[in-house]
Amino acid sequence: MQWEVVIGLETHAQLNTVSKIFSGAATAYGAEPNTQACAVDLALPGVLPVFNRAAAEKAVRFGLAVGARINRKSVFERKNYFYPDLPKGYQTTQLELPIVAEGGTLRIQVPSTGSGQSYEKDIRITRAHMEEDAGKSLHEDFHGMTGIDLNRAGTPLIEIVTEPDMRSSAEAVAYAKALHSLVRWIGICDGNMQEGSFRCDANVSVRVKGTDKLGTRCEIKNLNSFKFLEKAIEYEIRRQIELIEDGGRVVQETRLYDPDRDETRSMRSKEEANDYRYFPDPDLLPLVVSDAYIENVRGTLPELPQAKRERFISEYSLPAYDAGVLTSARELADYFEATAKALGGEAKLAANWIMGDLSAALNKEGKDIVDSPISSVRLAGLLKRILDNTISGKIAKEVFAAMWNGEGEADTVIEAKGLKQVSDSGAIEKIIDEIIAANPGQVAEYRSGKDKLFGFFVGQAMKASKGKANPAQLNEILKQKLAG
Amino acid sequence: MSLTLDDVKRIAILARIEVSESEAQAYLAQLSSIFGLVEEMQAVDTRGIEPMAHAQDVVLRLREDAVSEADRRDAYQAVAPQVEAGLYLVPKVIE
Repeated sequence: MQWEVVIGLETHAQLNTVSKIFSGAATAYGAEPNTQACAVDLALPGVLPVFNRAAAEKAVRFGLAVGARINRKSVFERKNYFYPDLPKGYQTTQLELPIVAEGGTLRIQVPSTGSGQSYEKDIRITRAHMEEDAGKSLHEDFHGMTGIDLNRAGTPLIEIVTEPDMRSSAEAVAYAKALHSLVRWIGICDGNMQEGSFRCDANVSVRVKGTDKLGTRCEIKNLNSFKFLEKAIEYEIRRQIELIEDGGRVVQETRLYDPDRDETRSMRSKEEANDYRYFPDPDLLPLVVSDAYIENVRGTLPELPQAKRERFISEYSLPAYDAGVLTSARELADYFEATAKALGGEAKLAANWIMGDLSAALNKEGKDIVDSPISSVRLAGLLKRILDNTISGKIAKEVFAAMWNGEGEADTVIEAKGLKQVSDSGAIEKIIDEIIAANPGQVAEYRSGKDKLFGFFVGQAMKASKGKANPAQLNEILKQKLAG
Repeated sequence: MSLTLDDVKRIAILARIEVSESEAQAYLAQLSSIFGLVEEMQAVDTRGIEPMAHAQDVVLRLREDAVSEADRRDAYQAVAPQVEAGLYLVPKVIE
């Protein structure tokens, strides 16, 4: 039987405000337990929430970036449940009237398996709402008790919900990556997945290919890496298909992914946990945003990844793949564009170096593009010397390494190390004459038709010139001389 | 809409309120009379009237994004039943 996989994602992104959504406590990560949990976060009697305007602005930024309708009036509701990391006994969230309404889409680039190609797809965003994060429960042994840290309680979140538009784990991962890139791009979330700033829940179901009705879904909670997201979905797809093929039935439930065992398992179903008895929070009034406010926020949005990707293709004649890689982060895109501008053309050469040698060097040292020891202007300076034949591409790698190690800009390194390409035909001829004289046997073989030996002579000549001979010139002179 | 004794018991469980059989009976009567009032209100024709999320027709006040709360952990934890290493300790919860 042919199966079709249906996936929808719910993503929690922490909004990067300095204070909490309803209190003036700090949100910085990594503080001593409970030192950033104030009376409001602890839900002490008599406290009242006061809403942080930056949370609304960041949520509106997101809505505009995906082209969604913004609700002019949105309402906070109470989602009631009991858990020790939620001292109020309810989470303040938005249900009926979320700040970001329907109409949003996110375009994703999905790598096709094996072919090295990719395809594009638009994932519809159903809604996005603001809510508060809960605290953390530490289940290590505190004499058989659980430790509670409420520093995270009240941190603003935006929960972004998609339609069930994804058909494979690859599409789900491509969406999560595109969303991760976007929230950082527009400056609303730091995207730190280890610290829990960006985490996904995946709704997964399967159905017989060709049918319209959705299968029963399971929700896999709290996937905080792209790899876990992919593996959890893959496992869940296999589990559901095997279950149905063996005559069983999928039960709608919440599951947790265990990376150590690479499997999902049912969470202990909390007693009637799904009856949250939502109602509008009487402590909070409706949030109203005006058209002028929305336009004002729209005006502060940077050029978005999709638009930039398309512009890189048309303006710099980059292949779609390069444009996609270079627009995966705003800082990277800025670096590329600054390099291309300084170079004044040959943008593809800049793209190659940024995606190749520069990225490799950054990765090796775990550095981000903004911390690159080689500035975009200096990289362009190096590439100029390739283009004007001062150095070959091979020597350029040597210069690059020296620049990386802080030995100055390209011209300084080329000068100091004497790496300037030899384009003086007299000098090259002299080297070649010497090599011909030193290898009479190979010369004779070559002349009797063993063409392959040409490479041997090129190698010898390059070695003799310490890699500095102009390769095109060397080839030409060598060919003439060997012809006799 | 009429409430059953089972509804009352379920609401009590959800709200973590322990109720005896006789209390449940008493609450059933009280809650039912409240529901009667709700039914009366639901009979009113509200077509074309925008639902309100709050009893007062005013909008949310916004504050600037700034840290205004100092660390008062020691004071808060002084009244907590049990603390350790800066954490509040609670009876074990397992997911």
